[in-house]
Amino acid sequence: MTEIGTMQDLEALAAEIATAIESVSSLEALEAIRIDLLGKKGRVSLMMRELGGMDPEARKQAGQELNRLKDRIATAIELRQTLLGDAALNDRLAAEAVDVTLPSRPHTEARLHPLSRTIEEVVAIFAEMGFTVAEGPDIESDYYNFTALNIPEEHPARQEHDTFYLPPDAEGKRKVLRTHTSPVQVRTMEATEPPVRIIVPGRTYRSDHDATHSPMFHQCEGLVIADGIHMGHLNGCLIDFCRAFFGVDGLPVRFRPSYFPFTEPSAEVDIGCTRDGGGLKIGAGDDWLEILGSGMVNPRVLANCGYDPEKYQGFAFGMGIERIAMLKYGIPDLRTFYDSDLRWMRHYGFLPFDAPSVHAGLVGGSS
Amino acid sequence: MKFTRDWLFDHLATDRPLDEILDILPMLGLEVECYTDRSAALTSFTIAEVISAKQHPNANKLRVCMVNTGSGDPVQVVCGAPNARAGMKGVFAPAGAYVPGIDLKLKSGKIRGEASNGMLCSEREMELSDEHDGIIDLPSDAPVGAAFAPYAGLDDPIIEIAITPNRADCLSVRGVARDLAAAGYGSLKEVDFSPHDGAFDSPITWNIDADARAFCPRISGCAFRGLRNGTSPAWMAQRLTAIGQRPISALVDITNYVMIDLGRPLHAYDINKITGDSLTIRAAGDGEMMTALNEKEYKLDAGMFIIADAHGADDLAGIMGGERTGVSETTTDMFLEVAIFDPISVATTARKLNINSDARHRFERGLDVTSPDWVQGHIARLVTSICGGEASYVTTAGEGAQWQREITLDADKVKRLTGMDVPAADQVAILESLGFNVAAGDGEWTVSPPPWRGDIDGAADLVEEIGRIHGYEHLPMDHLPREHVVAQPSLNPAQARQFRLRRALASRGLMEAVTFSFLSGPQAAAFGGGAANLTLVNPISADLSVMRPSILPNLMAAAARNQDRGEADVNLFEVGPVFLGDAPDDQRTACSGIRHGTTAIREWHGSQRKVDVFDAKADAEAALAALGVRTGGLKVSVGGADYLHPGRSGQLVQGRTVLASFGEIHPKILDDFGLRGVAVGFEMHLDDVPLPKAKGPARTLLTMSVFQPVTRDFAFIVDSETVAGDLLKAVRSGAGPLLSDSAVFDVYQGENIEAGKKSVAVTITLSPSKATLTDDEIDQISNSVIKLAETNCGAVLRS
Repeated sequence: MTEIGTMQDLEALAAEIATAIESVSSLEALEAIRIDLLGKKGRVSLMMRELGGMDPEARKQAGQELNRLKDRIATAIELRQTLLGDAALNDRLAAEAVDVTLPSRPHTEARLHPLSRTIEEVVAIFAEMGFTVAEGPDIESDYYNFTALNIPEEHPARQEHDTFYLPPDAEGKRKVLRTHTSPVQVRTMEATEPPVRIIVPGRTYRSDHDATHSPMFHQCEGLVIADGIHMGHLNGCLIDFCRAFFGVDGLPVRFRPSYFPFTEPSAEVDIGCTRDGGGLKIGAGDDWLEILGSGMVNPRVLANCGYDPEKYQGFAFGMGIERIAMLKYGIPDLRTFYDSDLRWMRHYGFLPFDAPSVHAGLVGGSS
Repeated sequence: MKFTRDWLFDHLATDRPLDEILDILPMLGLEVECYTDRSAALTSFTIAEVISAKQHPNANKLRVCMVNTGSGDPVQVVCGAPNARAGMKGVFAPAGAYVPGIDLKLKSGKIRGEASNGMLCSEREMELSDEHDGIIDLPSDAPVGAAFAPYAGLDDPIIEIAITPNRADCLSVRGVARDLAAAGYGSLKEVDFSPHDGAFDSPITWNIDADARAFCPRISGCAFRGLRNGTSPAWMAQRLTAIGQRPISALVDITNYVMIDLGRPLHAYDINKITGDSLTIRAAGDGEMMTALNEKEYKLDAGMFIIADAHGADDLAGIMGGERTGVSETTTDMFLEVAIFDPISVATTARKLNINSDARHRFERGLDVTSPDWVQGHIARLVTSICGGEASYVTTAGEGAQWQREITLDADKVKRLTGMDVPAADQVAILESLGFNVAAGDGEWTVSPPPWRGDIDGAADLVEEIGRIHGYEHLPMDHLPREHVVAQPSLNPAQARQFRLRRALASRGLMEAVTFSFLSGPQAAAFGGGAANLTLVNPISADLSVMRPSILPNLMAAAARNQDRGEADVNLFEVGPVFLGDAPDDQRTACSGIRHGTTAIREWHGSQRKVDVFDAKADAEAALAALGVRTGGLKVSVGGADYLHPGRSGQLVQGRTVLASFGEIHPKILDDFGLRGVAVGFEMHLDDVPLPKAKGPARTLLTMSVFQPVTRDFAFIVDSETVAGDLLKAVRSGAGPLLSDSAVFDVYQGENIEAGKKSVAVTITLSPSKATLTDDEIDQISNSVIKLAETNCGAVLRS
């Protein structure tokens, strides 16, 4: 049977234990020390057991001393445990190191076509001005594409359209690929009562194929019919559009008289630009660039659509989507739009979630 | 429409500089396409005389010329032209001059040892023509030392403007001048249109057939005799040359000149070639033949109108004269036709015969219908002043075309339609300056357009006339009134989800393509298209001749192009129209995508593998999810269209509706497109994909269970032919309402598995909501799963 030693003995034991704990270098060795001291048959545990045989006074004092010792040991072991744990983790992490300069896994995000991006920008701007998007078929009747729009058979304006024809249908009616998005004006007016405020982005076709013409291209039509709408509103609407679309405050816009059978009066719209140094820059300058055609809806068209021309008036416009996309984003060649060349798409395409909006901005970032 | 500055100033008295005129023309609707000052580059080019031309001592083909430039000592020039000779007059460019045709600034120097201090020029060197056979050989009376450009009439700059189809009146120099005068840029000069004194009765008269009266409402003729048809005077020849018309002979040139000057096409007959004493305007006989001035023979039909003498047709009325009765250099007696023909009939005939002529261009746009009655005097004076001889009395036929009409314009119309405030007096002044007659009424005017403005149709046209002359720069800038302070959506749900779809597919690595709506016949046929009613009558090429039945062939062609450019992996999609018929309802909005090659570049993570049918299936599912479909509930049916691999294709089906098809592209089709390796694709028609039901923005209430979910795995042995979809369905049914997830995590065939069988391992997740599942409850569900798998699929749990 061991005797509980003097205070000095306990101090010496404590110092010995502290040294032992500080000198262990593994968690296993530390655990062995813990068992040796505090386990069921540990040295300190056994000493605790001897307290029972003491007189109350001595037991009280020795108990306090022993408990203090026990606490000191436990704290020292815990501290050592944390230190050793950290060191072991650090060793593991060091062993796990990889070469982070190696390339990451290939990402798969692709690009949206400049045409769909441009259409979305156009839609976003006209949405602000209260327009909704209307649609119509690409294969049109001669009536919707021409006659209803005040372009009768053998009208010289028809020759300028380079129309693609399909065989006549069972009733002998000739079908065409729509040469412009304007037939949707007629379809919309036939189907709805005024007021009308629509844009019509879509595919159009003309039998022309060279550096600056494609047999298929995209237009965006606009039509506004409402009380009191006059050419000043057309002016304001298109100026507002052009400035927002090109992102140029105070962009000069001018109206030039022109002719379209379905509008009267008619105007072509130019925006200001400079061509200094070979490059083209949209903005105030000494030159002009034609970007769209427009006018007040011809009373004959209104009448053809069942609107009373004495009662209603409004304006219409049409622009080439490729053209405004090329001007805004500096894309030089029309034909490349339809070639699906991956190099072109990576360069001129847009990140899929870079969506144009009035609040976040209408100018797409470069990819 | 081309003319020169001086030609314009024949009709317009103005002190405005040409710059201002060029700036205002487009603002009147007359777009300036080109302005050319041919003299600008030729200021240092002068007329010189070759004093002597000797053989170059060191070069066979060169001559050493002494040139008198009119000032100072003669200059020595080495010249290679075969026609250089002593005594000739030519054009001299001194050292230091820039020669535009060879893009060179001349320097003094020695050519093969002989000094050369300038150049004797050819037309090509001055960019006047392609002529380069020799140097210019000027007439002997050309003034030595004088500047060449003014001498040759090259100091009269050329203006070319685009004329819109409505402005037939501006297909004439006078019409352009009238617009400029109306805009305040000068005044329209008087031209003598008085009748001439006839010296004799015309030996030729007109005869309009009864059925041609609508076609030819009015025609006049004037005979000439004793003419000398030589070359035109220099001023006329120079102007015609400037606008690109080759001078031919005085009589021909006069007809061309008047057409440009007054917009009035004419036709000249040689009286001595006319058979009989009358010309008849009549319908052509079916199959009647005629050789026109372009020396081509045309076969006519009964719907066409011609002018004929007793011999037969010899004028395609309004389009082109005939070769047989046309004037030549020896013509002494001429009969001049000034006619009005029906524009639509002229256009129809010219289109059928495929003839584009300046006359047709003007007739089909509409002429001043009164011109047969006022232009003959002017022409008679022009002809006799140039060719001598005398003119007959004018002979006419036809009742005349109805052209007078009155249009009511209320005084407020300009303001209502354009928003511009144009004072009433200015409105009247503008209309009058354009030749309109304006009668004042009560708050409105009665406006009569002049006979040369057949395009004026109603009040809106008058507003345009007033507006364009007043100037569109005065248009107010009124913003469109806002109906909602916060803008409403501009896209309907079907349109909006197309943008979502595009983003979803691009984010999965498919590049967005936009390809043509047409393709080749064989390609269309391979994808179920190519019907006759979808084949263009007039395609650009056979490759672009049929409306596409599917987007896939275009994407495959695009992939092949990229492959041939060295792209190993091509992933593309497109959203756009396909055509199942020619009616509006037959047009569908489709979405297709393809993947060709491998899933990634070769890289150290080893993620590269060949694309397979499950890539296309995943794309199709992602596309449907973006469109609002809950893809978990879709049935997958096996197989698909002929252009897909029969064993590696399928369809995603909702109820009875096929929403999308996917698969590996059939190897034969790959071959047709020249695609190497494997390609997979999908296609869907967005119109077939139902829009999600509009239920408002609020979601159903989510209750999240506090109880632990449990997973259980099952490995089943089934027949090889049993499809995983059926097994999964059975497992799900067996698992019952607590099932929250299920997946196939292994498919195995081979060692330890009986031939004709396969092992399919399935995992299920059960999510209890009321209490933690007990072992008994889990066993019950497991047994139910195993039993249903056995009953429905013959599956046996692998031991």
